[in-house]
Amino acid sequence: MKSFTWKGALTAVIILTALVYVLPTFYPDCWPHKKINLGLDLQGGMHLVLEVQNQKAVETTVERTVHELKQELRKKGIKHLGISRNSNNSITATLSGDKNIDGFTALVSDDFNALEIASTVTVAKGKNFVLQLPVQEAENIKRMATEQALETIRNRIDEFGVSEPDIRLQGEKRIQIQLPGITDTQRAKDLIGKTAQLNFQLVDETGNVASATQGTPPPGSVLLYQMKENTRTGQVTKVPFLIKKQVLLDGGSLTDARVMIDSQFNEPYVGIEFDRKGARIFERITGENIKKRLAIVLDKTVYSAPVIQDRIAGGKARITGNFTTEEARDLAIVLRAGALPAPVKIIEERTVGPTLGADSIRMGLMSMMVGGILVILFMVMYYKGAGLIADIALVVNILLIGGGLAAFQATLTLPGIAGIILTIGMAVDANVIIFERIREELASGKTPVASVHAGFSRAALTILDANVTTLIVAVVLFQFGTGPVKGFAVTLGLGILASLFTALVLSKSIFEMTLSGKKTSTLSI
Amino acid sequence: MQFIKPGTSIDFIGKRKLGFSFSLALVIISFISLIIHQGPNYGIDFAGGTLVQVKFDKTPAIQDIRSGLEQIGIANSSVQNFGNPGENEFLIRTGTPDMTGQGFSQAITQALESATGSAPDIRRVEMVGPQVGKDLRKQALLAMFYSLLFITIYISGRFEMKWVLSGVTAGALMSAVYFLSIFNMSMPILIAAALLVTLVLFWYLELKYAMGAIVALIHDVFITVGLFSILDYEFSLPIIAALLTIIGYSLNDTIIVFDRIRENNIQARKLTMMEIINKSINETLSRTILTSLTTLIVLFSLLFLGGEIIHNFAFAMIAGVLIGTYSSVFVASPIVLLTDKKNR
Repeated sequence: MKSFTWKGALTAVIILTALVYVLPTFYPDCWPHKKINLGLDLQGGMHLVLEVQNQKAVETTVERTVHELKQELRKKGIKHLGISRNSNNSITATLSGDKNIDGFTALVSDDFNALEIASTVTVAKGKNFVLQLPVQEAENIKRMATEQALETIRNRIDEFGVSEPDIRLQGEKRIQIQLPGITDTQRAKDLIGKTAQLNFQLVDETGNVASATQGTPPPGSVLLYQMKENTRTGQVTKVPFLIKKQVLLDGGSLTDARVMIDSQFNEPYVGIEFDRKGARIFERITGENIKKRLAIVLDKTVYSAPVIQDRIAGGKARITGNFTTEEARDLAIVLRAGALPAPVKIIEERTVGPTLGADSIRMGLMSMMVGGILVILFMVMYYKGAGLIADIALVVNILLIGGGLAAFQATLTLPGIAGIILTIGMAVDANVIIFERIREELASGKTPVASVHAGFSRAALTILDANVTTLIVAVVLFQFGTGPVKGFAVTLGLGILASLFTALVLSKSIFEMTLSGKKTSTLSI
Repeated sequence: MQFIKPGTSIDFIGKRKLGFSFSLALVIISFISLIIHQGPNYGIDFAGGTLVQVKFDKTPAIQDIRSGLEQIGIANSSVQNFGNPGENEFLIRTGTPDMTGQGFSQAITQALESATGSAPDIRRVEMVGPQVGKDLRKQALLAMFYSLLFITIYISGRFEMKWVLSGVTAGALMSAVYFLSIFNMSMPILIAAALLVTLVLFWYLELKYAMGAIVALIHDVFITVGLFSILDYEFSLPIIAALLTIIGYSLNDTIIVFDRIRENNIQARKLTMMEIINKSINETLSRTILTSLTTLIVLFSLLFLGGEIIHNFAFAMIAGVLIGTYSSVFVASPIVLLTDKKNR
């Protein structure tokens, strides 16, 4: 080399930096930096998008408000002719008599000021009040429900134990979950998707179960089922129960839930503990309902309905239900993490098994090698010495993409590998444009040094123009794309930037190095 | 080595009518195919549905797989061989989403095992709900639109030095599309209208390079889409990525020619526009062919060795690169000539 140049030094630094970042991917122990992230399509795993049915959270709130209204009216001795929730989440209350009506309006404005009175209509029986939540309040409830769902799901997954999960909000009511390397996808989905609404309700022992299964449960009760699995045949039978609608206690009062093993039957169960208020309520309801059956209802399914033998103090209870240890463990996790404020629905799922991911990596690398070698051979054949320079630039180019992926902690996906392969074809394009220009300059009678100089300077703008358009596309794709496609945008973008550098800086330096000093009259191109 | 000898002089522009008729024929065939097939064949990414890729130990009969699926209530499914026939790998597709919830993997494993007598390995499950599919479709269209728009701004800015003008035009189009999309206008119609307006504007403003570039781009993308429709290949997210890359990449050749036209325009003042364009195409022919060739080499390697999942992506890219190379010579350059008022 003729002399030290700043450009040469910078080039060396950039290449070395890329090397430093890439190495841990192949030799994990050489120095502490993270490997290149592999996308779910390459390492296997599950991608889920959930939709929080946050409208349900509004319904629940309104339902609860109706319940509280009735209680307060009863306490104050105000009589009403019916209070119920309408399908559009407003509340209609019917009252008659001035005393009742005045008491009601006073109560609403004092204790239920979140509600606004939308209209009052005088009907034959008395007066109809339509109450509703202000729009903003309803939106607030929806937003809170989504955020709380996100938090709850995050807790559940943390406890389940997945390495490097990625859980994030997507838009207004969607949650995107990425669980790399997970194999038991079914279990994970059950764990994430369970609403886990735990309720303690009394069994309606006076009603007729048979007529209820025909579709007419007595007022104040609902028909729910218990799933009983025969451990030997695996057959599931549904046992109908009539359950009183009133919820005596719910999962909100839990402080802990753990898997225990029943010493008598050697069966796992979930032991739960209530907070102080919950313990008091539990003691009261068990004391008041001795010899009656108390149903433990989780997500509208009866888990067990034991007969209360005695008042239970101390705030501890157990949920049994022929669990396997795994089921009991997952139930404990969801109970500890708390209920989802609204049900969720899986609206997108992409699961890739680990074997397929490994195959994709193998085939991707294979086509990259073959394509790369063919291009390298072609360039040497077509441009001889100059082709070799282009080939060096190409290898450095791939190194830079790898370094970029590692440095920015971007994710490599299968389309991402395709992007790298595409870059191999496109990286030499810049060199082709330069070399063709140099050939033209040589043909017009210039010396090799002058031709190389003119070739680089005149081709530079064309190369820049050609690459900017592809870069624009890469940016748009990154903005609009999801998952694997985003990975493609990343490698395409990195590849373009790298090929600009290798063609306009690296190739040029190598050319200048080989030409400097000598008075060459020929150029291998 | 040299494929194209210096001093080659082929009268490309003289053959422009031939080129236009060929392109027009391709566009019409694509259009007819799209009408017959009632639009593109959307994969589950865009149409919604469920896809299961499954591998067996032994070769099962497709009928057995079907009957196994019917047992668990998956009727109307398409079952097809995936990848090499010897690998016993199948792709099961059904239009019904929302079924991969409770116990799906277990149920399908058991049903397939009992029906075929061979243990299946569920290698991939994809489920896309209808709403997600609709959202993705909208996003894909928007991505295409914005790519085209930004590229046009860049081209008219760089080649005609009319940054402000093209910027204002683009800004107006963007806000129009944005406002109309709020009112639930059909996206494809909206974008087609926006593109039409763009073309008319460029014609009147005489942005000849931008006009040539964007007509060539629309031409390339439309014919690639048409080819997919004729072959009844599915549109998935990676195919959209391929189409966008074609938009970016097929322009490379066009830009090389345009750059040379601009250069020759300054140097050779005596020549007519037609002669300049012909000269420029011939001078750059070698690099036009070579750059596409190196890209095609790697793309074919991806097509044959990259595996079934990436196969259609590689195919779309190959088609796009070929059409793009052709259009930079036979579509983009002649359009520059047509838009130039002095030559009309």
